[in-house]
Amino acid sequence: MPSALVFFNELSDVPSKAQRELLTLASRFDQSTLAVASEVSQDAQNVVANYGLSKLFVAPSQGDVFVDHALSVLEASVKQSAADVVLVANDNFNREVAARIAVRLDGAVITDAIDVATDLVVTKDELAGSYSAQAQSTGGTLFVSVKPNSIDDEPQSSGQQLEVQTLEIQSATAAQVRVVATEAKAVSDRPKLTEARVVVAGGRGVNGDFGPVEDLADALAGAVGASRAATDAGWITHDAQIGQTGVTVSPQLFISAGISGAIQQKAGMQTSKCIVAINKDVDAPVFEIADFGIVGDLSKVLPQAAEEIRRRQA
Amino acid sequence: MTEETTAPLKILVLVKHVPDVQFDRHIDSDTLRLDRSESVLSELDEYAVEAAVALVESQGGFAAGHEVIAATMGGKSASNSVKKALQMGASSGIHLNDDALAGSDTVATSKALAALIEHVGAVDLVVTGMSSTDAETSVVPAQLAERLNFAQLTHALAIEFDGASRELTIRRDHAERTLSMAATLPAVLSVTDQANEPRYPNFKAIMAAKKKSITEVSLADISLSAAEVGTAGSRTSVLNATARPAREAGTVINDSGQAGIALVDFLAEQKLI
Ligand SMILES: Cc1cc2nc3c(=O)[nH]c(=O)nc-3n(C[C@H](O)[C@H](O)[C@H](O)COP(=O)(O)OP(=O)(O)OC[C@H]3O[C@@H](n4cnc5c(N)ncnc54)[C@H](O)[C@@H]3O)c2cc1C
Repeated sequence: MPSALVFFNELSDVPSKAQRELLTLASRFDQSTLAVASEVSQDAQNVVANYGLSKLFVAPSQGDVFVDHALSVLEASVKQSAADVVLVANDNFNREVAARIAVRLDGAVITDAIDVATDLVVTKDELAGSYSAQAQSTGGTLFVSVKPNSIDDEPQSSGQQLEVQTLEIQSATAAQVRVVATEAKAVSDRPKLTEARVVVAGGRGVNGDFGPVEDLADALAGAVGASRAATDAGWITHDAQIGQTGVTVSPQLFISAGISGAIQQKAGMQTSKCIVAINKDVDAPVFEIADFGIVGDLSKVLPQAAEEIRRRQA
Repeated sequence: MTEETTAPLKILVLVKHVPDVQFDRHIDSDTLRLDRSESVLSELDEYAVEAAVALVESQGGFAAGHEVIAATMGGKSASNSVKKALQMGASSGIHLNDDALAGSDTVATSKALAALIEHVGAVDLVVTGMSSTDAETSVVPAQLAERLNFAQLTHALAIEFDGASRELTIRRDHAERTLSMAATLPAVLSVTDQANEPRYPNFKAIMAAKKKSITEVSLADISLSAAEVGTAGSRTSVLNATARPAREAGTVINDSGQAGIALVDFLAEQKLI
């Protein structure tokens, strides 16, 4: 049975859903280890232990360094753990770190995975989810970035003793990239867009007012997304953009409101389990992929639906 | 910015010839390779070409001796993407054309491109799009930074360059933060669609591009063997690829005042609420 290493750049007291999914995936393998490029609290360690991982490598970061520290930590932990497969999140930062270390250690890299079997065959999405493919390494350590919402989070009942080892990372050379300013983003109480079970997204058709979209998202305990037309207009932050150049989502339910369904938009949502579209134009391409479509004005349909959901839940 | 003291910049912009996203794209079930017959310059690379040309324009223009070399690898038709980059303002092109490159994964692609960049020599800045629109891995720029030992400034939302200090600063999203990051050249810069608005070549630019040269090189020219690239040089192998059944349109209703209720009925039926 191959062994797995999970790598996180950061780990808070409450690991994110995507992180818990990666820990679940790692628990399929033998002698799985976790490496974190920052401090790990006792609370977080307790959660990790519930996934049957045996060892934790930590290497507290030295201030605002961008990629260099993460690279050193991943390289050292791959060498020390001698893992056959390295599992990381599918965001840009983590996949870049994994891909660089794959090059450095002559390994293989596969992105956009939705599953990794114990024989190290990786199932992944291709062409914005229109194809499913399987691939494997031809030799060397396999680095895989796994899409959120692909694995069911299943902690094991009995926590194991977690051995914690601090990695000695010597930064031999000065970092090539300096972080000169950091801006925190506004935090939202809503679920994270990439991890949410329900996403309600608005486009140019919201005409400047995301209120109805946000209200329906809240009634469904979902996240709020947007098309590029809406983020470009400044009606909502760029983080909400779904599509080829935004985030990819694959929720149980995706509600598209006032979005035409351009190819670049569909690229980010067409693997959703169920798609509902509200658009006033019967010819909008989004209806071609919607399981349920409403030709109508979103400013009437969304509030009515939100009210009805709250009425039934009351 | 002190243009007089700026040494000429040699910028290499990587462009990829990819199947047009506006059409249905297919993976051949025998070769497991993408059908590349209807290919165009990747729309995300237009932002890279724009960034490179705009950077030169901000530093005294091509008259000051700066260069923007549009580079690609791939079969014969890939040179069409270099031509498009020349129309957008790149000063010359280079095409690594070798049949053995087909089937390269990111490890093999970054190896070939790094060798090409070293062959060109004395490159200050490599500019790329944020991702290809076909493989969509977006990791090749970072792998190039690794192989070339250049600073990695990837996924730029905004770009600033100071000619005097040769320092490049970008903004990038990272976890729950937006960072401003700076590095002195040489660097690899990948550019998002937030960074600029690619220009549309006018007639004059199209005519001017016809006079620009595209150098063709083979693997031998850049000291790589066929075994180091393509399927042979890749660290991954694709076992199978299956088209997911196309999504079908479901029920579409017209709102006559009760569609919000119908929507909730549908969600309840689907056990989504
Ligand atoms: C390189 C590149 C990358 C891109 N990346 C992305 C991406 O990641 N994500 C993305 O979304 N786009 C992306 N785009 C843009 C994409 O091509 C479309 O332009 C964009 O998705 C359109 O957004 P929209 O559907 O909101 O606007 P529109 O296409 O203008 O559609 C608005 C829709 O709202 C409907 N409408 C208007 N009023 C109402 C109302 N009151 N009630 C109901 N319906 C109403 C209209 O009928 C129309 O269908 C990209 C484009 C390029 C070139």
